[in-house]
Amino acid sequence: MLITIKYFGQIAEVTQKNEEQIETSASHISELLDALNQKYKELKNKDFQIAQNQELVATETKLSGAEIALLPPFSGG
Amino acid sequence: MTRYSRHIILPEIGEQGQDKINQAKVLVVGAGGLGCPVLQYLTAAGVGTIGIIDFDAVELSNLQRQVLFGASVLGKNKAIAAKERLQDLNSEVSIKTYPEALTHQNAIKLFQKYDIIIDGSDNFETRYLVNDACILTNKPLVFGAIYKFEGQVSVFNYKNGPSYRCVFPSPPKKDAVPNCADMGVIGVLPGIIGNMQANEVLKIILDLGSVLSGRILYYNALTAKTSTLKIRRNETAIQMVLTAGYQFQNKTINISCPSNDKTIAIADIDFDENIQFIDVREHHEQPKVLGLPVTQLPLSQFQNGLKSIEPNKKKILFCQSGIRSQKALNILIQHNINNVFSLKEGANALNIYIKETQKTLHHDN
Repeated sequence: MLITIKYFGQIAEVTQKNEEQIETSASHISELLDALNQKYKELKNKDFQIAQNQELVATETKLSGAEIALLPPFSGG
Repeated sequence: MTRYSRHIILPEIGEQGQDKINQAKVLVVGAGGLGCPVLQYLTAAGVGTIGIIDFDAVELSNLQRQVLFGASVLGKNKAIAAKERLQDLNSEVSIKTYPEALTHQNAIKLFQKYDIIIDGSDNFETRYLVNDACILTNKPLVFGAIYKFEGQVSVFNYKNGPSYRCVFPSPPKKDAVPNCADMGVIGVLPGIIGNMQANEVLKIILDLGSVLSGRILYYNALTAKTSTLKIRRNETAIQMVLTAGYQFQNKTINISCPSNDKTIAIADIDFDENIQFIDVREHHEQPKVLGLPVTQLPLSQFQNGLKSIEPNKKKILFCQSGIRSQKALNILIQHNINNVFSLKEGANALNIYIKETQKTLHHDN
């Protein structure tokens, strides 16, 4: 299926984009992550959480959404 | 009440709402990029009691975004400098200053005195400390954080809602995310995010609209886009904080912020200033710096020699190459010792400079 992935903060620096659409056959979020780790080698060194359709989810969650977001923490003030 | 007339004529606020604001007590952790706008607007709004905790001193590079400060307060503690400005803005507000670092030892007692805690800190160690202390004292936490052109806002621990640990269970790997002054930030960004925080504070006080709890907002200043993501309370994460609560006060916070602001080049030193030069090399190391008074405080014995640090002077640490002096600087920062810099160059370069310029130092001993 075709999904939109949004990247924030440091993650967007790794992927060099804020957003992209990818075609995937992944059944779970974890599988999608494996594919992204392949595509962006630096990603595995980054801390982030994942949202599916604007809701935070665990990596074991079934991939069902049209929109995935990779959310890093920020510390600056 | 003329001061607050624009609030009072709003039917959603009215005199009753303004009374609530005037009676509220809020604590702002960090009077930096986020803390400044939060403090400015909450003081203007007439929040009854505002606490400010910050150990740091105002530096020139802060003025690009920390809008409460000006050239006249450089070197002054931020909490104290902020109060001076804020009292002029609204003398009806009671402003309490805590010119010290937030620690596991002082957090609980301090948080208990306030209704709402606002996180404007600049490092993960403090952010997790603030979050956990809010869980333990059951206080709502208005959270804001920034990264270059992006910001995050949320309200945690509000009416049984999620906490910061429900989103990010534990601090990121050391150095995985830049801390403190390691990175640049566009000056208006903390203004935008800080004002969003101030807005959430007023909504909580007034019980108005829908508070940003159970959601985390991401803002991108370059695209002007916001994304709001739903977050859920993670009972396990919160229980872990609660069950570890009995040993909370035994923990220590270790903020290491190797800030570029605190590195000084020889050319930028004003030798007429009242400066304590501190050599952190071991006693046997050569060459000694001649021609100016130097305190010997080798890094190996640094912690034991802190008494010889002169609090009222600007302190410049040096070694052979600027690496050990940076370590020593971090130790001083952890001990809340301000107005301290690490020399970019080393003892050799300092000797050459002194020889060439034959500078004589103002020295009051």
